[in-house]
Amino acid sequence: MKTHLTIALLLTAGMLAFAAPPAMPHFRFENFSTANGLPDNHVFSVLVDGDRIWAGTENGLAVYENHAWKTYTAKDGLAHRAVLSLALDSRTGDVWAGTMGGLSRISGGRIDSYTQLNSGLSNDVVYGVSVEGENVWVATAAGGCRLNTRTGQWTLYNERNTPMNEIWVYGVSATPTKVYYAVWGSGLLEYDQKTERWDKYDDPDGETEMVLFKDQGLIHEIVTSVSFVDNIVWAATYFGDSRYDGRYWHNFLTKDSGLPSNFTNTIKGVDANRAWFGTDKGLAYYDGTNWAVYRPSLQSGKPEMTVRDAQGKVTQVAVTTAPAHNYVLGIDFQGSDIWVATAKGLSHGIRQ
Amino acid sequence: MKLRGTCQLNRNHLRTIVVAGLTAAATVLCGLALWPAFNPPARADEDDAVLPRQIDYDSPLEVLISPDGARLYVLCQQSETVRVFNAITNAPIKTIAVGRVPRGIALSYSGDRLFVTNTWDDTLSVIDTRTLSVIATWNVGAEPSGVVEDRAGDRLFVANRISSDVAVLDAHTGMEQKRLLAGRGASYLTLSPDGSRIYCTHVYPNPSDHRTAPESEISVIDTKRAVVVDRIPLHAIAGAFHLAFSADGRLGAVAEYHPKNLVPLAHLEHGGAFAYTLTLIGTDVGKPVEVPLDELERYASQPFGVAFAPDKSRIYVTIGGSECVIAIDVTRLLHFIAAHPRPVSGSFAQDLAASSNYVIARIPVGHNPRGLGFSRDGRKLFVANRLEDTISVIDTRTNRVANTIPLAEPNAISVMRYGEQTFYSARHSFQGQISCSSCHIDSTFDGLTWDLEPDGFGRDVVDNKMLEGVKGIGPYKWNGGNPDLPTECGPRTEKYFWRSEQYDDLTLADLTLYIRNMRTRPNRWKLAGREMTPAQERGKALFERAQDKFGKPIAEVNRCSYCHSGPKGTNRLLFDVGTRKATDNGSLLKSAPLTEIALTAPYLHDGSARTLEEIWTVYNPEDKHGRTNDLTKDELNDLIEYLRTR
Repeated sequence: MKTHLTIALLLTAGMLAFAAPPAMPHFRFENFSTANGLPDNHVFSVLVDGDRIWAGTENGLAVYENHAWKTYTAKDGLAHRAVLSLALDSRTGDVWAGTMGGLSRISGGRIDSYTQLNSGLSNDVVYGVSVEGENVWVATAAGGCRLNTRTGQWTLYNERNTPMNEIWVYGVSATPTKVYYAVWGSGLLEYDQKTERWDKYDDPDGETEMVLFKDQGLIHEIVTSVSFVDNIVWAATYFGDSRYDGRYWHNFLTKDSGLPSNFTNTIKGVDANRAWFGTDKGLAYYDGTNWAVYRPSLQSGKPEMTVRDAQGKVTQVAVTTAPAHNYVLGIDFQGSDIWVATAKGLSHGIRQ
Repeated sequence: MKLRGTCQLNRNHLRTIVVAGLTAAATVLCGLALWPAFNPPARADEDDAVLPRQIDYDSPLEVLISPDGARLYVLCQQSETVRVFNAITNAPIKTIAVGRVPRGIALSYSGDRLFVTNTWDDTLSVIDTRTLSVIATWNVGAEPSGVVEDRAGDRLFVANRISSDVAVLDAHTGMEQKRLLAGRGASYLTLSPDGSRIYCTHVYPNPSDHRTAPESEISVIDTKRAVVVDRIPLHAIAGAFHLAFSADGRLGAVAEYHPKNLVPLAHLEHGGAFAYTLTLIGTDVGKPVEVPLDELERYASQPFGVAFAPDKSRIYVTIGGSECVIAIDVTRLLHFIAAHPRPVSGSFAQDLAASSNYVIARIPVGHNPRGLGFSRDGRKLFVANRLEDTISVIDTRTNRVANTIPLAEPNAISVMRYGEQTFYSARHSFQGQISCSSCHIDSTFDGLTWDLEPDGFGRDVVDNKMLEGVKGIGPYKWNGGNPDLPTECGPRTEKYFWRSEQYDDLTLADLTLYIRNMRTRPNRWKLAGREMTPAQERGKALFERAQDKFGKPIAEVNRCSYCHSGPKGTNRLLFDVGTRKATDNGSLLKSAPLTEIALTAPYLHDGSARTLEEIWTVYNPEDKHGRTNDLTKDELNDLIEYLRTR
């Protein structure tokens, strides 16, 4: 009897030890750089527009169509060569580009640019942009603002009319019900479209780099990116990330999740349970239970994919490709594929 | 609405009355103030001249033929009606009242519905063509103009001139789905013959850098997806009007103005002020190509309507300022293009000999011809003579007017109408090249800056201004150099613009009366009543403030509300607001009126400020143009929100 029990335990342990990792998406990454048409390897942002891919680089806005890149620069009317953020107006097909020198609208090949001098834009450094209906919401180095494209009216949001303590706004996610601003050093701002009122979410422990109580609230005041999808807020900071369902917060840190780094540049929710994270140490995916990380190995630089299950077990998955660089700045989806903007190239993750 | 039987005067009779009125007025002014209630018909030399009894005209702007060829629909802008005629017998059938100041008209593909855009109440009238009655009125954008329905009858597209976009509506409910970014002054829409594309043209150029050539565009919309998929650039074009396609879809033509505003306006010879052209698009010509309509010593001033003969043999173009219709032989036109090396610019506009290769007739019609349309068999061409209240019927076999359909009988002509005819007719200028309306498109402005000769070549470049609300704000010109409108419109215009015959006194009186009494369009930024948005309220307080944000008093001359006082926003005095450029002869400028200021970019006397914001963010470093540098960005936005209501 003892022998049988021992064998059973050993078999179970063995099965657990050799159990396949959770099924996480596999990709074959094709990378773009100046060698194959990008105007610059430093890619801040990426946007999927049907079959077209827009890449905001340090040297212009590039669009990939029919297997060829075309680049728009300041000569074409772009507000600035460095394109930090991108948003698509899915109704009209217009693309909005936030740059280091203003906000540009690309419509049918024409570029109109708005600056703090020629328009009501609050500041020329546009970190984030999001389109909701006929409104374009903008995150700038001097507060947020909203352009009503029908009336042409600009409305500015700053310390004078919102609970924004700092006005360095890094990201914005706008929907017909709620608008969220990621404020660098001032937490997360929420605007209720119906009541036209603001609310604010701060790091409740008041400490900047310590977490006193897990899941107490927003993980940190330095919020870099926000994504509101299916009534769930996904917020990225330089010190971990947060998920908020309107009642409960759940925070993600490297020490208790599969997040490869707490330093997160960008976050993009797929739905209420799934999200992608762009960190300084690779691209991460969370499916609500398990994590996957895609990157060139931090040690060898070779392509690497790791999967972390609910028990915290990390498994290496054999891959031959990886995103162009670990410093991930932008993410967008094309069906089941993913596009990733990195500090050294643009990557197309083709789902396998 | 017609004045019938009460004041059916011919022009000579009216002139007699005007002369008598002026004489009487002079008598009064000489001190015989015995007739305080005397009311002369017109006194052109005073800003408070009394408007004579008005006659309401039809002012036909566009014509349409029903798909079965049986009906002629005439859109009448001034009487705000659609008049329906039997297209065979020309007999009137019905008059249908629509909204205020209609501009665009289109039939549904099946012909069961007629759509009319109403520019002053921002609506679209839907007319059932069986009952000939308005069955719906839908709200659309600011100053709706061109309209088309897609072939499936699912969507309506409406070009909005003020909001410079194209509204996409559900064709069944009128519910607006979205707005597509068009060019500035989006006005005319054309469905391609296969129905796959909609082409939008614009009466104003897109904003561009100071003293660069105007750039317009044809916005191309994918009908099925309802998105803008292309923008065909129209280089050096300021205003583009009707666009038409041949039935096979291989050739399109758009009527347009090609201004010469970057060189001093020193003469009119050889097209000194304008070229009037067509840009041709389509597979027949490859890349777009611009061809002139002008002749060497006779111009095609202000082309507007374009129509292809059903068999593609001819293009007909209405020439509003020249009061004629030009007929073009398409085969000869295409041969000319193929046989001549294409300029790098794609434009033959400067070749005044070119049109002799393809223009085969210049057919005189009535005053200010605009829209035109063919009978089904192509033998008759109907032309709307806007300022004559007639429809010319051209026999296309002879290229002569075979018949004229009067809309009002007898045709009484008021002083105002003479003035308007003068405003739009190029007959007063040298070789008939320009008229007031060449630069004041549809009595507004052109969005351009001009270098006029009297100040010296390259000196005192000036922005063209809106004319609405011009009454009572003299002196005129940016430097206040002309004391009144007769001086502004009379000797100055004749000498430096027309370079031709002088108006007689009564023509000038009529013209100034017309200009003085132009109606001001509704302001789209104003709320109903006297209400204001919170931003407008805050802006108004800034406009009227007497203290800056540091509690220091603002000198009277440095307050917005001092120089821009009164209902029109000008105290009519001259000020140095610190905007003098090296090319300006002086620094004193008349305070500009604020009437409809949101519409009239660019700004400042020389048009150097592309937007209202730039007036203060770029061109007011020393606070000479009002104390504004203490304002935050959101406060400046509030001030601008208020200014838009003026």
